[in-house]
Amino acid sequence: MTSSNLSTPLTAWHRANGARFAEFAGYDMPIQYTGIVAEHQATRTAAGLFDISHMGRLRFDGPRADQLLDHLLTRRVTDMKIGQVRYSLVCNEEGGILDDVLVSCLESPSSGQSYFLLVVNASNREKIVKWFQPHLADFPDVTMIDVTDQTAMIAIQGPKAMEICKPLFSTPIEQMGYYKARVTQQMGKATIVSRTGYTGEDGLELIVKAEDAQRVWENLILSGREAGILPVGLGARDTLRLEASMPLYGHELDETIDPFRAGLGFAVNLGDRRFVGSEALESLKSSQAVAVRVGLKLDGMRAARQGTTIIDSDSRVVGTVTSGSHSPTLNQPIAMGYVEPAMAVENLALDVDIRGSRVSAKVCPIPFYRRKSS
Amino acid sequence: MTIDPKQLRYASTHEWVSVDASGVATIGISAFAVQELTDLVFMALPKIGQKVSAQQEFGEVESVKAVSPLYSPVSGEVVEVHSALVNQLEILGEDPYEQGWIMKVQLSDPSEVEQLLDYPAYQKQCGEAA
Repeated sequence: MTSSNLSTPLTAWHRANGARFAEFAGYDMPIQYTGIVAEHQATRTAAGLFDISHMGRLRFDGPRADQLLDHLLTRRVTDMKIGQVRYSLVCNEEGGILDDVLVSCLESPSSGQSYFLLVVNASNREKIVKWFQPHLADFPDVTMIDVTDQTAMIAIQGPKAMEICKPLFSTPIEQMGYYKARVTQQMGKATIVSRTGYTGEDGLELIVKAEDAQRVWENLILSGREAGILPVGLGARDTLRLEASMPLYGHELDETIDPFRAGLGFAVNLGDRRFVGSEALESLKSSQAVAVRVGLKLDGMRAARQGTTIIDSDSRVVGTVTSGSHSPTLNQPIAMGYVEPAMAVENLALDVDIRGSRVSAKVCPIPFYRRKSS
Repeated sequence: MTIDPKQLRYASTHEWVSVDASGVATIGISAFAVQELTDLVFMALPKIGQKVSAQQEFGEVESVKAVSPLYSPVSGEVVEVHSALVNQLEILGEDPYEQGWIMKVQLSDPSEVEQLLDYPAYQKQCGEAA
């Protein structure tokens, strides 16, 4: 099959293994292999393997790389130590969210120098590179290299992910804490490994050279075969992150949404810091919220998809759904959305308008799913 | 009653039709459609007595991923609905042509059936889509 869309270093493997594809952020990405529900359950009970090579990867080198990023991210970067990972936002001057990112502080094995790696959303990669470029002029000793195309990114997630990975790495990765990262080797292949994910499960995200991707992927499939590992497409990645109530750019987040409305105030470090958007964020933090991100559980089996209106008992529109799907874990439809603050009350009965019919829903705490602590 | 998929007529929108001697059409969705949809969670059915028209929506089927409309391949009045199907959508995966029938319609224009695809033509369409 030919396509003008971008591919990842693992696309050939996905095709050979029966994946169904759809376009996502310009890439042909696997949506499912065995089925969304089977892949979702495998990740919740054993392990799932995800090709997330479409995510953007930007590397920052130079003695003042931390200061450049500190100026552009809502989260403090200047106090980060080697091996730390932080979730942060990139905001515009008005405090609107340009992207949500993971920033890691790593040590180059060859030079011994520290550097930063920023993982950005595939759909925002070009926008973020353009946003950063003018600021680089103020930091002439800092270089930004887009390493997305020369690398691949693989996530392994689930309660058995760590035991599957343990024998493959040259360092004891199981001793690495949550939101920690390091440069190591998987079966002789240089790998950046971080204990992070987008499913609500324990697990790792790996970055390897593009030419090593298939070998690393197959090593994980082999090591996880007995444990019940499955390759997982973007379909189940979405239902997993929805149950874990993690925001998705283009759904819960966009340039009209500020971090506080999105419930991501923890990713904004104000105080003595000055960064792009900090003034707007100071005033947004102290002003009355106009909307709040909530969870909804629906009656029946029909899902409320993005854009569905949320209505109160007086038939007044009080909000909009941003993501919604059947939840394989709860076996009922769930949704996230923004409602007026007065409506963000646990168990409050609201309606959603699904293509002209009213369906009852209840406001519920998020996340919908939380893994048992091991 | 044994239904042979090779004897059925098909709409390009993946519904199948089987017409009996009294002019009642049994309608369902093809195995190819079920396989493409996967992970079905909900189906909205028409009501008995409802009028349906060829190529018009009569219901919907929802999978974990998305909602898809169901189009009537023929025109007429709904005389029977397989309401038990809604609670056991897995039947569609196991037996979409017998146990998995969706509705029966008294045809108002039997000639519409002749305009539907026969099995080889439908297979060809599915082959091109896959």
